[in-house]
Amino acid sequence: MLDSAGAAAAAVLMLVGLQTEVLPPAERQAELLHRLKHDCGSCHGMTLKGGLGPSLLPEALAGKDEAGLAAIVLHGVPGTPMPPWGVEISATEAAWLVERLKQGITP
Amino acid sequence: MKAVLLALLLPPLASAAVAAEPRGTGDLGLVVERASGSVRIVETTGRTALARVEGLGDLSHASVVFGRDGRHAFVFGRDGGLTKVDLLEARIAERVVQAGNSIGGAISADGGLVAVANYEPGGVKVFDAATLEEVADIPSTPLDDGKRAKVVGLEDTTGRRFAWSLYDTGEIWSADLKDPAHPRIARFASVGRLPYDALVTPDGRYYVAGLFGEDGLAVLDLWDASAKPRRVLEGYGRGEEPLPVYKMPHLEGWAEAQGLLFLPAIGRHELLLLDRGTWQEAGRIAVHGQPVFAVARPDGRQVWVNFAHPLNDAVQVIDVPSRQVVATLNPGKAVLHMEFTPRGEQVWVSARDSDKVVVYDTETLRPIAEIAADKPSGIFFTARADRIGF
Repeated sequence: MLDSAGAAAAAVLMLVGLQTEVLPPAERQAELLHRLKHDCGSCHGMTLKGGLGPSLLPEALAGKDEAGLAAIVLHGVPGTPMPPWGVEISATEAAWLVERLKQGITP
Repeated sequence: MKAVLLALLLPPLASAAVAAEPRGTGDLGLVVERASGSVRIVETTGRTALARVEGLGDLSHASVVFGRDGRHAFVFGRDGGLTKVDLLEARIAERVVQAGNSIGGAISADGGLVAVANYEPGGVKVFDAATLEEVADIPSTPLDDGKRAKVVGLEDTTGRRFAWSLYDTGEIWSADLKDPAHPRIARFASVGRLPYDALVTPDGRYYVAGLFGEDGLAVLDLWDASAKPRRVLEGYGRGEEPLPVYKMPHLEGWAEAQGLLFLPAIGRHELLLLDRGTWQEAGRIAVHGQPVFAVARPDGRQVWVNFAHPLNDAVQVIDVPSRQVVATLNPGKAVLHMEFTPRGEQVWVSARDSDKVVVYDTETLRPIAEIAADKPSGIFFTARADRIGF
């Protein structure tokens, strides 16, 4: 079991790993952000502050598990309007989007 | 001399105005530019854009109603902004930010009251159309998390009556605001899971709410004070697993034609046909994707349909008498909305990711004009002022 410093270090390593190894190509990043603004934005708001769906701003996502959030993006939430985006977004891309959302972006 | 100089130096006051000469507004409309917080004022006779009005805030998911003078548009922004736009002077006449998160609104039959549906804080606020002063605040049902239920499907009916649905709690409320200080409200619970939008039939009699959480719709007869909402088209999915829905369908801008309502199915690539006389299913039409809008040409001869992501680059035209899809058109990328001219000889179609509006001749089904616009979404013509539930 990791102590909290160890966990933080592991998280940093994961973050570095994401940023250096499995970043979507620049063109795809732009496409994903466009998608986020206009398609996710139809329920979560173009500024991501929420609408029919919940807010995706950093303060709303703070403390939520990245892997869990990425799973929601990929698989949706049954019984709600959140659809599974895994048909067109890879696991790597979902993880990148979640990371960007938690940092706070203006898509 | 001094006066002449001054006149030369001053910019013309009405530089942005649409009407240097007196003109009517029957052929005017607005195109929402969702990403830039602006609206384009357009005219449908020469098919041109006349002016742009900026500073309307967050217009993602914006909608518009018109005052009965056909001159003033009320634009409902996502950020709670309610903006009154003067179409002739191409300027903002009034603007208030009345909530944190909003979804649309409606206007009373006498043009005196504008009502706004709010997500945050959940409820309906009502404003004097002349001044945008708040005249009523009707909070929705409280939820466990301290918030209140989100209001969807707010529609004007007859007189100073409005009806709306509560998304989270599955309710329909109908309110008479004859005396705005003392609204008379009828609340109906358990109408069905997750109502997401609604329409009012052209006669103002029936309020029809679509349900996201189950296969069916809820219908309330507004002419019968003792009536309760009843379920129609129950189980239209026939137990099949629904397909994922990548954009919520819309019901406002009803598609009633030849005694039938043409309604988007949820999670199915179909339009459902609902008989207005019997409230029974009268058939279904297979279409290209998840329908978002199904809009009838004003004469009811055609219904035009657009679709959710990722099949949103097409629109389909349905011939009502034969119930056949007679054309699949590709106006551009990410088609968001369609609006007919008052008598339906043209339809204007917005293609968000192509940054343009394409105008079709509805007889030949050929494009006859294109108008550049920045990420256009909703298109709204002044003829809406004369229709109930628009």
